[in-house]
Order: sequence, then C-alpha cells, then structure tokens
Amino acid sequence: MIEFRSVTKRFTTDVVAVDDFSLVLPSRKITVLVGSSGSGKTTLLRMINRMVDPTSGSIEIDGVDVASLEPVKLRRSIGYVMQNSGLLPHRKVVDNVATVPLLRGVPRKQARREALELLDTVGLSRTLADRYPSQLSGGQQQRVGVARGLAVNPNILLMDEPFGAVDPIVRAELQQELLRLQQELDKTVVFVTHDIDEAFLLGDQVVILRTGGLVAQIGSPTEILARPADEFVASFVGADRGKRALHLENHGGGELVVDSEGRLAGVLTRDTESGAAAQGRAGR
Amino acid sequence: MNLLIESIQWILDPQNYVGGNAIPLRVLEHLGFTVATLLIASAVAIPAGFFIGHTGRGRGLAVSISGAFRAIPTLGLLTLVALSIGIGLGAPYVALTILAIPPILAGAYTGFEAIDRRTIDAARAVGMSEGQIVRGVELPLGLPLLIGGIRSAALQVISTATLAAYLADFGLGRYLFTGLKTRDYAEMLGGSILVILLALALEGIFATIQRFVVPRGVVSSRSRVVRVR
Repeated sequence: MIEFRSVTKRFTTDVVAVDDFSLVLPSRKITVLVGSSGSGKTTLLRMINRMVDPTSGSIEIDGVDVASLEPVKLRRSIGYVMQNSGLLPHRKVVDNVATVPLLRGVPRKQARREALELLDTVGLSRTLADRYPSQLSGGQQQRVGVARGLAVNPNILLMDEPFGAVDPIVRAELQQELLRLQQELDKTVVFVTHDIDEAFLLGDQVVILRTGGLVAQIGSPTEILARPADEFVASFVGADRGKRALHLENHGGGELVVDSEGRLAGVLTRDTESGAAAQGRAGR
Repeated sequence: MNLLIESIQWILDPQNYVGGNAIPLRVLEHLGFTVATLLIASAVAIPAGFFIGHTGRGRGLAVSISGAFRAIPTLGLLTLVALSIGIGLGAPYVALTILAIPPILAGAYTGFEAIDRRTIDAARAVGMSEGQIVRGVELPLGLPLLIGGIRSAALQVISTATLAAYLADFGLGRYLFTGLKTRDYAEMLGGSILVILLALALEGIFATIQRFVVPRGVVSSRSRVVRVR
C-alpha cells in the first residue's frame, strides 16, 4: 500500500505542482493518475521513488516513510517504466533488462538468464536479446522497458505515460499485455496518463487531477462515469459528448444505442438470457 | 620549387640522423612534449568538464574562462611566463597547457550535455547512483566528443610546440629557429614539413580512435538511418 499524506510540492514559491494531496493506493491494484499537462501527475509518481521530494507532507510505502529510505536503494526496489522506454542506447537489450539486478549484485549468468525469461514474459522473442535498442521498433522498446521495470521483481511498478509515444494499434496491444501481466504478477501499479480511455481501461482506481495537483475525483471508472463529481470531471471524461453520451432510439421494435453525434453504437439487449438465446438461435 | 626540393633533400640527408640534433630525436622530443602537455591539460580539464557536464553547474564560468584562454596569444604568454620562471621547458609547458585546456574542457562537458536527458533520468530512476551514471552512461556516450576535444587540442599543441625551441634546445622548432638565424631556409622548411607530417599522423590516429569509441548501439542507429535513406 502506498499512502500520500497532505503532500505539497512547490518548484518555486509561485509554482505549485501538487497542493495538499492525500491518497491511498491499494496493493495489487492499478491506480491511474490522469490529467492534462500541468496537473502534477508525473510529479506525484516521481515522489514515490524519491526522484522528487515533497515540499511538505509524506509518502509511505507499507507504513514506511520514503523520506527515511536511501533514494538509490529505494529506486532499485521499485520498477520504473517511462515514455520513450529510457533504455541505455549503448547496451544490448538483455543488458538493459539486467542493469538493475547487476547493480544489486546478482551474478552475471543468473542476471542474463532471468533477463531472457523476462523477455518471454513481456512477449518478446529471445532473438532480440543481443540487439541494441535503436534496432527495435517503438513498441518493442517499450516492452523491453517493462521487462527492465520487472527485473528486480518489485512489488511496485511505476509507469509514466509508458504507451504515450507508440501508435494507437501498438498502444492497444500493450495495454492488453499490461492487463494480462497484471493478472499474472499482481503488482501495485501506479500509472500516469493523459488519456482518459486508457485510464478507464486499465485503472482499478482512477484519480482525475486538475491543474496544480488538485484532485477532481477519485473512484473506480464505473463510479466516475455514473456520478461525475462536477462539470470539470464530466467534461474531462467526455460523459457529455461523443461515444460516452449514449441514448436509445427505437427503430421498428429494435432498440438501438446511438451516440451524441448520431453514430450507431450498438443494439440494446434487455438481459443476458435473451442475449444468449439470440446467440443460440443464430448458432443453429 | 628549388627550396622545396632542397628541404626534402635536407630531410633525407643521412647527416641529419646522427648526433644531438638528429631528426628522430627531435621528433621524439616534440611528440613527448605534446603528449605530456595533453596529459597535464586532460588531468585538469576532464574532471572539471565531467563535473560541469554532469551537474550542469559552472557552465557559464567554463565558457567564459575557456573563451578568454583561447584569446591569449601563445607567444606572448610564453614570453610572460618565461620572464617569471626563466628560460627552459617550464614556460612552454605552462603556455601550451593553457592552450590545450579549452578544447578538452569543451569536449568533456559537451559530450555529457549532448546525451538525451531522458536516458540519464531513466538511469537515475531505475536506481543507478551518480557515480554509476557517470561511469556507465555519460562516459561511454560522451566519449566520442571528448576524444574530439583532445584531438583538436593535440593539433594545436603539436603545431604550437615549435615555440618550445624559442626558450630551449628542444623539439622540431629547433630547425626553424636555427634555420632562420643561419638563413638555412631548406632546414627551416624541412622542419616545418616534419611538423606538418607529425600533425597529420596524429590527426589520423585520433580520427581512428574517435570512430572506434562510438558505442556500438549508437553506430547501428546511424547505419540504420543511412539504410532507410
């Protein structure tokens, strides 16, 4: 469990990145911090592994104040995945994945073997192990980044817009991969994004932030969509427009779901039983 | 044209390969002086440059100091130092070290500065200590530019090291000063040609080293771009 207690961060006296932020991030769940630029989401993430220290307030991991831990040691116990992968360009894929275990004193052979296993875990072919990052596609680099984040088998995985720089198709693939991994690995994931669709897809808990690190709403995707706290949230999640503002139209007995621009979203099936029956009939 | 032939004859004259004024001896003196100067300058400039490049602190100071150093006329400085510490090799060492520091310093810190900030940030975020970042990330990635700095310092020092002969019986500059005094222009030009050849040879060596130290992952990214084009 990660807990933020009245955390404030000022970069200068005028610029407040995060203002009196409190939050509990439950273990083994994905918490997504979502907001536009300047909402302090990355700052919040980076305070967990002490890449940024708060001006006031504290952050606790399982009841231990991170300020009492040595930054380098703390960071080696937490997985970190960033946008543009952040891989070391002069080291081979396998060496990038093994970077932190080697720093922690794992023997070279074992570190290499475990790095190769991690490539399997993130769905990369072992034939890529001896390539350099620049020889991989953006999506492959990002997978290597995830493998590196998992290399020390951390309880906590910090992900800073990890899929922000890849194309939409690869992004969708990586998102599904993360959900699959999370089912297997059960990490406490903190995920930062500006994409509300990504937040709703991945988050068990979603935190919507507004400029200056102020919390607009905290809740599950269902709670946020069902009861947006205010105008800002409603507009941010798009509950008032497009594919999230759906209504019913009756066409000759069949009820169709239509979005705010009149595009057809689907058919309304009254309950699962009749849906299954309909499928069964179609099957015959 | 005659003079050029005469100077080549002078270079090839077996008489110039014996005694205390032998060409190989002068070449060795000249090279030794250059290498020693570069080592002293590097010992000062590389740690300072790494510090500036790693921390981003003191950059403005470094730029203005090295700018000022570059503007100092070497012969004037040489004379000035010689007046205070006397005739001998001491003054040329001081003057040429000052000449060599700015390019090495610039090579060291620009090498670090040219590295993608996100790479270094990621290295820090996964738990590399500052020392490990310097040794494992900044040094290998910044090395080509550092070698470039040493290369340009070497070129300046090896050509300007002829001035050492102004104050001591030393190096290839001896031929120039003696030739000038005795109006033996073949010797003078011969000495100059030797300095040029030495500079070119050193330049070739450094160009090779510079290519060799570019990290492999970085090389392959370049060749990939070429292939795509």
